[in-house]
Amino acid sequence: MPKAAVSHKTAGDRNGSAAKSTKPSKAKADKNGNEDFAIVELAKAEYQKRRKSQFEAIKKTDKKLLREMLYQMVLGRRFEEKCAEVYRMGKIGGFCHLYIGQEAIGVGSMMALKPSDMVITSYRDHVQAMVKGISPEAVMAELYGKEGGCVKGKGGSMHMFSAEHEFFGGHGIVGGQIGVGTGMAYAAKYKGTDQVTLCFFGEAAVNQGIFHESLNMAQLWKLPIIYICENNQYGMGTSQDRALSTRNIAKKADAFEMANEFVDGMDVMAVREATLRAIKRAREESLPTLLEVRAYRYMGHSMSDPGNYRTREEIAKYQERDPIVLFKDSLKEAKVLTEKDFESIEREAVEATARAVRFADESPYPAGDELLTDVFA
Amino acid sequence: MAVLTIRDALNQALREEIIRDENVFVMGEEVAEYDGAYKVTRGLWKEFGDKRVVDTPITELGFAAVGVGAAMAGLRPVIEFMTWNFSILASDQIINHAAAMRYMSGGQFKVPIVFRGPNGSAYQVSSQHSHAIESMYANFPGLKVVMPSTAADAKGLLKASIRDDNPVIFMEQERMYGLKGEVPEDEDFIIPLGVADVKREGSDCTIVARSMTVPLALQAAEKIQAEFDVSVEVIDPRTIKPLDIDTITNSVKKTNRLVIAEESHSFASVGAEIAYQVMDTAFDYLDAPIKRISTAETPIPYAKNLEAAALPSVESIIAAVKEVCYL
Repeated sequence: MPKAAVSHKTAGDRNGSAAKSTKPSKAKADKNGNEDFAIVELAKAEYQKRRKSQFEAIKKTDKKLLREMLYQMVLGRRFEEKCAEVYRMGKIGGFCHLYIGQEAIGVGSMMALKPSDMVITSYRDHVQAMVKGISPEAVMAELYGKEGGCVKGKGGSMHMFSAEHEFFGGHGIVGGQIGVGTGMAYAAKYKGTDQVTLCFFGEAAVNQGIFHESLNMAQLWKLPIIYICENNQYGMGTSQDRALSTRNIAKKADAFEMANEFVDGMDVMAVREATLRAIKRAREESLPTLLEVRAYRYMGHSMSDPGNYRTREEIAKYQERDPIVLFKDSLKEAKVLTEKDFESIEREAVEATARAVRFADESPYPAGDELLTDVFA
Repeated sequence: MAVLTIRDALNQALREEIIRDENVFVMGEEVAEYDGAYKVTRGLWKEFGDKRVVDTPITELGFAAVGVGAAMAGLRPVIEFMTWNFSILASDQIINHAAAMRYMSGGQFKVPIVFRGPNGSAYQVSSQHSHAIESMYANFPGLKVVMPSTAADAKGLLKASIRDDNPVIFMEQERMYGLKGEVPEDEDFIIPLGVADVKREGSDCTIVARSMTVPLALQAAEKIQAEFDVSVEVIDPRTIKPLDIDTITNSVKKTNRLVIAEESHSFASVGAEIAYQVMDTAFDYLDAPIKRISTAETPIPYAKNLEAAALPSVESIIAAVKEVCYL
């Protein structure tokens, strides 16, 4: 590939166009002098501002799509709550990382893609797998380690895959998928397809070498990839303040002269709009983007996390800006959906989750001889 | 048949496969403009250009990962490590990703990729450039491990590896790049993975050798024949995984004695595995305990005499054969 001649102007960031209108007026600085966008104290004021911009975005988006976005968020929430419940009953083994609180990120970004676009993510993958098209039944059966699971019970919670849906997996090595996703984008460019790759990882993964190695190559070779850093503010039990020398993750892309943007991960429409900008950049100019999408992980790192490194108050404060509540309020205000619509969405999500559990319960365990299959092609 | 060096045989295999399949590309440090650190890729960039022969930054983990992702998405990358020592930086991608992908995706994603480069010692390159690390990779299900010792094998096995749908660890040896041998010119000359080759027939003692120890074992066999009238059979598995244990045990059943010569360190080595498998299936045929020649259990030293003392040699192999033959 030719040497890169990079002179790409970085896209809207915290100080740029994308987030400008929503920047908190009295942002606090952390110990390194970085402004913290999601400061809890400003949450309520933010909430109102967000609804305004969300309202604007809603008005220009297809109504059917908006309903589907809300449905996927609610389904993701109910599905993960059910996972927690059945995990405690011993139905799910191993590690189980839940997505509750982060639904706006997966839904907002992935529902801006074409079906042929590729997605790869970390181990917090149940909801993303479903948004990309894997059925709740196949995801739940995988969690149960059953034959009907999307990878026949061989992967479990952390390893959902579907070649049919261009879902290249949940991956268990922090940051490992950043490099693999870069290779997927490399293949798309090599073959001359118009596919975009969406590559998710948590904020803790940006401390891994593979993050820096990958972003360097992606910008050097101009690869059509969107790196989405899901900043849920905790790497397992370590808060980002104790792990990152700067809280400004989006700006790390500047080191590679890569376009980057900071996005409010509680606002599904903000995530969608930012992703659409990045998709355009990837598809039309074959250029990468780093999005830092800030949300908050309501649950522990995994089901085995007692969570004694943070207070209930902290969680409650973030829940005041719950992405589902925020989106519902905006949809109602915009008169896109009614209370009755919400009820039916809620009912559908609960029913789909119940069907998934029933399917998983009834699905047989993998046959014994499955142990030795799929090792080699 | 043409007489080629191992280096040129590898080059020919790469060239033919690049021409044969548009999804094949070569990627690594200095493989393009520089013509390859060891000139295995000489001329390929000039002939095929930027798309098919790709220089990378020095970022082993990164470009190994790009290879894995590209293979999952339908390409057939050949990733060169300047030496396998550097692959250790990339081992997360090779072991946790490439090797596991097919299994943990329930068979949905194959990873047709070749990782290749020189393995083991060179000439006084000391402790961080001399490891023979095949045992490490051979330990992980999902990886094939290939180690040619002749020019023909190098070509036939590399072409087979590129056409294979699994991740293949293809290990060359820097000391051997200049070794010459006859190589078939057929563009579909393939040596299937998992088939051993009897490099020298014999009746009194079997030596299993691979990579660098194959020429050493052949020299040892000639000397033993001349000096003691003992007939040594030399077997080269060529593929460490899958291992053609049948060819080895059949030889042991004939000779009743076995020496294993390998360049890697001895602890938990491929040689240890071969010794176990022979014990398991041909124990009653053995007339002497199996003897193994490996590299000393030290990081590899720089000083010429110490390096030579650390590595297997014709002399150490002869001594081992004498021991199992009670000479």
